[in-house]
Amino acid sequence: MKKQVTLLKEYTKGLWEINPVFKQVLGMCPTLAVTVSAINGIAMALATTFVLVLSSLIISIIRKLIPPQVRIASYIVIIATFVTIADLVMKAQFPELSKSLGPFIPLIVVNCLILGRAEAFASKNTPVRALFDSLGNGTGFLIVLFIIGSIREILGSGTILGFHIMPLTFEPWLIMILPAGAFLTLGLLMGLANFYVDHKKNKERESIIEKFRSSKQLPTIETEA
Amino acid sequence: MNNTTKMLITLGFIGIVAGGSLSFVNNWATPLIAANQKAETERAIFLVQPEAKSYERIDNLPFEAYKVFDENKTFVGYSLPYEGNGFQGKIRLMVGLSTDLNNIIAMEVLDQIETPGLGTKILEEPFKDQFKNLNSSSPIEWVKGSPPSKDNEIQAITGATISSKAIVAIINNGIEGLKKAELKGEEK
Repeated sequence: MKKQVTLLKEYTKGLWEINPVFKQVLGMCPTLAVTVSAINGIAMALATTFVLVLSSLIISIIRKLIPPQVRIASYIVIIATFVTIADLVMKAQFPELSKSLGPFIPLIVVNCLILGRAEAFASKNTPVRALFDSLGNGTGFLIVLFIIGSIREILGSGTILGFHIMPLTFEPWLIMILPAGAFLTLGLLMGLANFYVDHKKNKERESIIEKFRSSKQLPTIETEA
Repeated sequence: MNNTTKMLITLGFIGIVAGGSLSFVNNWATPLIAANQKAETERAIFLVQPEAKSYERIDNLPFEAYKVFDENKTFVGYSLPYEGNGFQGKIRLMVGLSTDLNNIIAMEVLDQIETPGLGTKILEEPFKDQFKNLNSSSPIEWVKGSPPSKDNEIQAITGATISSKAIVAIINNGIEGLKKAELKGEEK
């Protein structure tokens, strides 16, 4: 029997523990390509979350009816359907946004984050759990895309969400809105995230060693006394 | 039921449901998308023809072109959307022309994917304004490094010569095509 975790845990693990960008390193293409501004990052992440949540839910509901030989094909058809819906809705309601995201909305079909979650989680768990898991992963994706988009927008154009925040004398770093800026930002952020994890692990290890030492010392002190 | 039929039925069923829901969404979205595109074209037409109040598409042309009219319904010029290759991809722009096609009224870039910071200077006023009242009776030309001396010349952007040249070439092609089509029509 698999260890059951709480629904809240299913949600929060996507934010950090298995964060799609930092930990699973999935969905790199949109992460790098569309994050020239914060709003683009948000829109991309929301569209991805929409597809991720609905396809995970459907896949989880019909997971027992799909013969394993055709499961990938079925997942792709389901995912592609939701992506096309998202694309059409964006074109109809938010033409400007859809224009700036360009081909990356249709490309959500091949975003490994979605197929990855479908294969690794939704196809093995109940719909409720799949819902929380996909929402968590979507939120994690949103947070990271927003951070990368903000950093690139602030440094690359001196604005955030379209508002000027940098002093007028600030000369925008053009490299930040070029593809190179995406790699720099993502690389540094990922390094920072890994540094934090390492630091935490070391601390934990030290505290365990410390505890072990003090527990060992205690009896020796007692015998000496 | 053997496994193959089961696979066929599952995939077939998923396909039918997916197709059905997509056709539903598509029916809803198509008129909205068409309206968006129309609004965008209209905005661009009036952008390059400040006096225009109404417009009419010219039929029988291999490309899009519009005749524009002022509030008294008098013919004031042409709006010509045209596209061609830029530095990295397609540049699509809209040119406003006088009634005899010998004067450019204004130029706007509608779509481009030029290099940010260099090629994207084609979107900025100093470059765009050079096209205002440019003489287009002969093909327009570009110069580099020095300010233009003739009335059909523009100065190319430093560091974005290819983008500047592309714009000039697109405008020349567009005007040439429109001249050919329109003058032929008048001779008949």
